[in-house]
Amino acid sequence: MRDALGSVQSVLVLGGTSEIGLAIARALVAERVRTAILAGRDPEALGAAADGLRAAGASSVEVLRFDAADRSRHRETIDAAFDAHGDVDVVVLAFGLLGEQEELLAAPEAAADLVEVNFTGAVSALLAAAQRLRRQGHGTIVVLSSVAGERARRKNFVYGASKAGLDAFAQGLGDELAADGIDVLVVRPGMVRTKMTAHMDDAPFTTTPEKVAADVVAAIRRRDHTIWSPRILRLVMAVLRHLPRPLFRRLDL
Amino acid sequence: MAQLLSGWGRTAPSAADVRAPASGDELAALLRDPPARGVLARGLGRAYGDAAQNAGGAVVDMTALAGIEAFDEATGTVTVRAGTSLGDLIDHVLPRGWFPAVVPGTRHVTVGGAIAADIHGKNHHVDGAFCSHVDSMELLTPDGERRTLTPGEDAFAATAGGMGLTGIVLSATLRLRPAETDWMIVDTERASDLDDLLARMRSGDADHRYSVAWIDCLARGRALGRGVLMRGEHATRAALPEPREATALPGPRLAAPGWAPNGLLRPATVAAFNEVYFRAARTAQGHPERLAPYFFPLDAVRDWNRLYGSRGFLQYQCLVPFGAEDVLRAVIERLRAARAPSLLSVLKAMGPGRGLLSFPAPGWTLAMDLAAAPRLVAVLDELDELVAGVGGRVYLAKDSRLRPELLAAMYPELGRWESIRAGLDPAGVMRSDLARRIGLGG
Repeated sequence: MRDALGSVQSVLVLGGTSEIGLAIARALVAERVRTAILAGRDPEALGAAADGLRAAGASSVEVLRFDAADRSRHRETIDAAFDAHGDVDVVVLAFGLLGEQEELLAAPEAAADLVEVNFTGAVSALLAAAQRLRRQGHGTIVVLSSVAGERARRKNFVYGASKAGLDAFAQGLGDELAADGIDVLVVRPGMVRTKMTAHMDDAPFTTTPEKVAADVVAAIRRRDHTIWSPRILRLVMAVLRHLPRPLFRRLDL
Repeated sequence: MAQLLSGWGRTAPSAADVRAPASGDELAALLRDPPARGVLARGLGRAYGDAAQNAGGAVVDMTALAGIEAFDEATGTVTVRAGTSLGDLIDHVLPRGWFPAVVPGTRHVTVGGAIAADIHGKNHHVDGAFCSHVDSMELLTPDGERRTLTPGEDAFAATAGGMGLTGIVLSATLRLRPAETDWMIVDTERASDLDDLLARMRSGDADHRYSVAWIDCLARGRALGRGVLMRGEHATRAALPEPREATALPGPRLAAPGWAPNGLLRPATVAAFNEVYFRAARTAQGHPERLAPYFFPLDAVRDWNRLYGSRGFLQYQCLVPFGAEDVLRAVIERLRAARAPSLLSVLKAMGPGRGLLSFPAPGWTLAMDLAAAPRLVAVLDELDELVAGVGGRVYLAKDSRLRPELLAAMYPELGRWESIRAGLDPAGVMRSDLARRIGLGG
């Protein structure tokens, strides 16, 4: 259960090997969380991550096989997580593909696959989780969106478009679930230094999974609905969103 | 229809299916066919945290199951339905010369809630807690059967202070105390620091039925723990200057606005209030005071819990055994250092407790209202460790953030309570957010 000061006790990470997702789980275990469920595709990597959480003090850690692209099994997997562990206070939607824009533009099937995971898979997983949270009468959903969804950029608009869809869906879901006592927190990080971005140059305000995780834990406490990480990006994106197209095109960010 | 419920502190709301059964039979039917996430009774919602919430399950609004079933004016014994508020009970019995043996700091609690929390009042050091004055109670056990419980039975000891997790109390027979008037005779004295205050309580509490001290939680250094000690006794007719008859209690005079901003109660405003309050208190012996403001000062302001703003507040109420006064001092000092000002901080000496999960035990209890703020997490966790370390505890009816790891250390009879509860509720029908959060009842 969530307590009066916003501490929570259990977490389910969808995309359990995501570096940001795991950093959030670690940050929560460093506080009150004792139950963690990591759901993802790679059993070996999940096992190692689970060991890390146990070493950090979690008393009940489980790994579940979960594939964002295999929508037919979403409900079953998420139900299994809730059935085995009683209440799940926080569900983190952390899976996502970044892709290589130029390759995606050359391979429409790959682009569609990315959208399938980042958006369609997320919609299905979020609705399955929402159903269970509604039934338990409390909970928080953390959705890892991106500033890339706030304004499409030539250099990553396939990814950006998938996150824009996810972001809009998560906002609506938050409104839908508010009356049921369920919070949806939309997290919009900038560039985060992870294996997904290792080959890229640092963008301005590049951050780390640990910093994003700290922002997320604080936002869960405050019951925020939207955060930017780092916070300055809220301002930056507000400006970028309003730049006229010709100027935005010339900047070629 | 799911409804969001929270406690008096307005933190951590959860959604539940709120039912308002019109009869005990209807309630029994609900217990026999419970929803998957169980059932919990709720009274007037004065528990500060999540004790009267049951996320995803059914919450029974007990306030419709109210009323006096029998009242023996000669002996002062009353049988009252569990949903009756103590205020309504007082209105019924006080004009006839009787008063509940134990009342908390508000009259807006139900008899059922008073039993579930085994509440205490300003007379605990003399009279014990609420359930020590319960002759019998009718419990709807989680299988939907009615059982009459009397003191000495296991089920009674587990239900008194059992936080509603052994079933639903339908009615109780209470022994009242004579009260000729609705006046109190009060002795007020100021204490210059914590040692002075404790010394005055040690030496004079035995001579007073009611005793409680207000503490200036922001006083520091040599004045740490300075306070105002207020002790009293029911006034007899003869003790009052003119004949005064007992009447019903007055209603609230003020209402807190719904728009109070977060941070209204900050160190500066609370320090100013405390200074005025401390200086305004005059040492006086035997002055008459109306009963309602003496027992229920905050009831004069309706919805005063809104003063803490939308983020809500919590009450940290702990008990430390006599001899562990250094922990008491540490609690006051650390909360002051954390700039967590408390508008309402009260200290009182307690006598022995009764129920297996009842809060009272011989020692000092300190209660501090605190605006909910993330910086309190670490401070209060540390204080819990200190309190548990000397054999103390926090009050479950007030709690909203205790770590489950410390529950067994704080409540040594927990194991026995768990086994009695398992016998009464093998299917785990009675559930609450508090129970889930701290791991009560499996």
